[in-house]
Amino acid sequence: MSFSTILQHALTGISLGGAYALIAIGYTMVYGILRLINFAHGDMFMMAGYFMIFAMASMPWPIAIPLVVIATMALGVLMERAAYAPLRSAPRMSIMISAIGVSYLLQNLATYLFTALPRGYPEITLLKHIFQIGELSASLVTFVTPVLAILLVLGLVYLINHSKMGMAMRAVSKDFETARLMGININSVISFTFAIGSALAAVGSILYFTDRMSVTPFSGALPGLKCFVAAVFGGIGSIPGAMVGGFVIGLTETALVALGYSTFSDAFTFILLIVILLFKPTGLFGQKTTEKV
Amino acid sequence: MKKVLALALALVMFLPAFALGAAAPVDGEIVLGVFEPQTGENGGGGFQEVLGMRYANTVYPTVKVGDKVYAVKLVEADNKSDKTEAVSAANTLIAAGAKIVLGSYGSGVSIAAGEIFADAQVPAIAASATNPQVTLGNDYYFRVCFLDPFQGTVMANYAIEKGYKKAAVITQLGDDYSSGLGAFFLAAYEKLGGVIVSNEQFQTNQTDFKAILTNVKAAAPDVIFAPSSIATAPLLIKQARELGITAVIAAGDTWENGSIIDNAGKDAEGVVLSTFFDEAEPANDEAKAFIEGFKKYLVANNQPDVIPAVSALGFDAYITALAAIEKAGTLEGPALQQALTQVEVVGVTGAISFDENGDAKKDMAFIKTIQDGKFVFLQLVSVK
Amino acid sequence: MKKEMKWLLSLATLALVVWALTALEGRRNEYNMLYTVLQKGMILAVAAVAMNLLNGFTGLFSLGQAGFMAIGAYVTAILTIPATKLPGVYYISGVSQAILSFRGWTDSLPDWFQTAFPYLALIIGGLVAALFAALIGYPVLRLKSDYLAIATLGFSEIIRAIIASPQLNLITNGSYGLKSIPKLENLLVTFLIAAVCIAFIVLLIRSSYGRAFKAIREDEVAAEAMGINLARHKQYSFVISSFFTAVAGGMLAMYMRSIDSGTFKIGLTYDVLLIIVIGGIGSVTGSVISALLVTAAKEWWLRFFDQPLVIAGWEVPLFRTGFRMVIFSLLLMAVVLFYQRGLLGHKEFTWNVLMPSNWRKWLNKKQAGGKRHA
Repeated sequence: MSFSTILQHALTGISLGGAYALIAIGYTMVYGILRLINFAHGDMFMMAGYFMIFAMASMPWPIAIPLVVIATMALGVLMERAAYAPLRSAPRMSIMISAIGVSYLLQNLATYLFTALPRGYPEITLLKHIFQIGELSASLVTFVTPVLAILLVLGLVYLINHSKMGMAMRAVSKDFETARLMGININSVISFTFAIGSALAAVGSILYFTDRMSVTPFSGALPGLKCFVAAVFGGIGSIPGAMVGGFVIGLTETALVALGYSTFSDAFTFILLIVILLFKPTGLFGQKTTEKV
Repeated sequence: MKKVLALALALVMFLPAFALGAAAPVDGEIVLGVFEPQTGENGGGGFQEVLGMRYANTVYPTVKVGDKVYAVKLVEADNKSDKTEAVSAANTLIAAGAKIVLGSYGSGVSIAAGEIFADAQVPAIAASATNPQVTLGNDYYFRVCFLDPFQGTVMANYAIEKGYKKAAVITQLGDDYSSGLGAFFLAAYEKLGGVIVSNEQFQTNQTDFKAILTNVKAAAPDVIFAPSSIATAPLLIKQARELGITAVIAAGDTWENGSIIDNAGKDAEGVVLSTFFDEAEPANDEAKAFIEGFKKYLVANNQPDVIPAVSALGFDAYITALAAIEKAGTLEGPALQQALTQVEVVGVTGAISFDENGDAKKDMAFIKTIQDGKFVFLQLVSVK
Repeated sequence: MKKEMKWLLSLATLALVVWALTALEGRRNEYNMLYTVLQKGMILAVAAVAMNLLNGFTGLFSLGQAGFMAIGAYVTAILTIPATKLPGVYYISGVSQAILSFRGWTDSLPDWFQTAFPYLALIIGGLVAALFAALIGYPVLRLKSDYLAIATLGFSEIIRAIIASPQLNLITNGSYGLKSIPKLENLLVTFLIAAVCIAFIVLLIRSSYGRAFKAIREDEVAAEAMGINLARHKQYSFVISSFFTAVAGGMLAMYMRSIDSGTFKIGLTYDVLLIIVIGGIGSVTGSVISALLVTAAKEWWLRFFDQPLVIAGWEVPLFRTGFRMVIFSLLLMAVVLFYQRGLLGHKEFTWNVLMPSNWRKWLNKKQAGGKRHA
């Protein structure tokens, strides 16, 4: 394989990693606070794709993009209020089944409303402008994705460490009950977390689908699971960890496909998960928590 | 509140039971099953085939069995381009009392459901499924189109004729049509002296082909043969052009669909494909009448007025079924199967009669290309 | 109700069921829908009870059912496809010589072997899956519930990827799937296999092992303190559950006649999960009833909600393809949010339900409970 081919593959991998990073952050934030694996996060990412298709059909992209982000945030908060909030005191299995149920519902709703025919994703001509650097050829979006991902993560980390809401979020993820005793409005903190996670997923979805050009109701399920693995890999609860995890998964997936083992690219992600859970369950950047009886 | 909800749920669960009886065929009516994908990755093509069948039902709404005249009713079941759903859909059609089943678009689902139709002794006529395995070993499956070995040879011949000495093949893992056709092209191309420089495979539902296409680009082929579904076609075309690949892209009959031009835009110019039918070259009078009538039907159904080849095949499958029923004079499964082995029909895609495997004896293919945003007829290929 | 009375009722129902199934077998073409619903329902009942053993009775939230069903299905299919049809099925790359010669040998064995062989194949499928479960269980069962769910889900996908990989084309036919799988003889046979499997699981639950499982579900630390070897018992539960899940998978392969790796996507696990949630996590009879109900509802709905409905010339707006799945998902959400106990909760079905004296007792209990809340 020539050097330029390797470089081209690396570019694809980093771009994919950037999109995964944005989605993984949503998972890690929700898990940090609620100890819940939000199975429906990947499907929300898929719904954001559909929102974009409809928004772009009638509006220019500078208006459509913010609208899609807001719509996805609304969907995320609604999901939390309707399906997770009532089960906060229920056993763990119930809330996980609820998450699976929401994921299922979103997929079936999308199939019903938008039919399962793959829908063409609208093109943002600016983003699809093709750049040629020597032998490398890629569209602008491939370059923009990782840069945007890193910028957003930096912004988010700043928000968490230097704002009141951020402090509240950190407190709630440390100890739910005590935070409540200290007067923190748990419901608004949780809704805020979901809103941020959904907004990032919406941005990630715009970047991801612009590259892929088609959405089906099932486009979100597998990327969703992979991004969860990325979050675990980086250390669940740690945002920079989720970003690193996203890039690692994106690069390895591209590498495997380039080498011809595309059937194993999905399986590899899960093998990585199991290896991490066995040898370093807290992930790369996670903190050890002791479980009191 | 909870009790009301519970009652509503229970009602929703059990109310449809009353619909069970309603679907049974009424006296004086024969049911033909339409086994096509209307959703999923092959939904676009499946829908076009269904349109052809529905139109045929309006042109020939009755059939004579012995002395009695029956009305023909079409019952459609969506197999969702998925082999597991295909089994459910097949069972649904049999439960609805279908005497003959038409379809499916997509060799994979036809192969999957073939056993079920044979078991229930319900003959099935595929309109555009081209993989040999659909009819091989299954006495109850027939098809009105040509086969992939033929199609692969046609495209290989064309490529060599045009002087494309190096070819790359991209196929879909798990799709019988794509892998089968790709393999036949490969064999024919190498036999004619061509060199295969790259053979890549992608997974079903994959939408990012950058890695595969990067490998193909490094091999520098003259032509890329990529028989895939309608859904993946524009993605492959666009991503290839994005990476700077200039080779000609060729494919099989599945790519004759307007949505590919719509979605791939300018990048689709120059794509070459083989197909079953061309409205500019009607084979006979029946075809002329069909072209006129079906165009009107398409417009009435909000479709562009270009006739897809698979619709013509769907039409032919329908009239073949009717001809077999009339020939058999009865509605028994084995008798219908016997009649089908001997029936001879003049269809809009040419004369139709079946050989010992249940394949139509077809030896003509139309090669088309995309020019100025439209499908343009290139040449007719006949292999004796 | 007296014990003898209960036994009599159970035997009578059994006889009734056997008679009904045999009668239905003869009228298969007329009652095709009922036939398929019963068959699929019984197969899913086995899968549901096996999943319930693991999730409901031992409290281990595992989502790997689809993977084990895939193993069972593929092993059964490879072992039972007639040797003459093998080259036709493996038409892309050919079939491995080992399989061909093995099948050639088994096909030449006497008739009594031929009739017993499909059942042997089901058992072998179960054993292979149990072996995988033993290997997987050791590292995975130590994890906390959320991670266990994702890890088992991951294994399910890994198994599916391995089955579909082109490297294994000669054995599993890669992603093209297997067809020409011989069918299950008749309804009675399906019922017998299902009954045997479920009976075994019920006996297990009623034994000391079952009590250990329930203890682990209630409080792991206390169970360990009482002397129950956590790792060993979790392994037992996991391995046995996987065995029966694989048997269900094998039966599914024989019911569907053709399978491919796409049949065993995560969605299949979710389907079984839905069944046990509706039936009541922790109730065997609940899972069985729910399996039949859900399968029936799905098949009926396929014909009712997915087709356009015209009442007196007016087309009801919402009915088109995909509607039944939306209703299905809403049903699942409703059950999870409002009826967490499902149909039967932790209880089992008993004949006491038929005694009018009990009805008055239950009504009083409900009223008393209501008054306490006020």
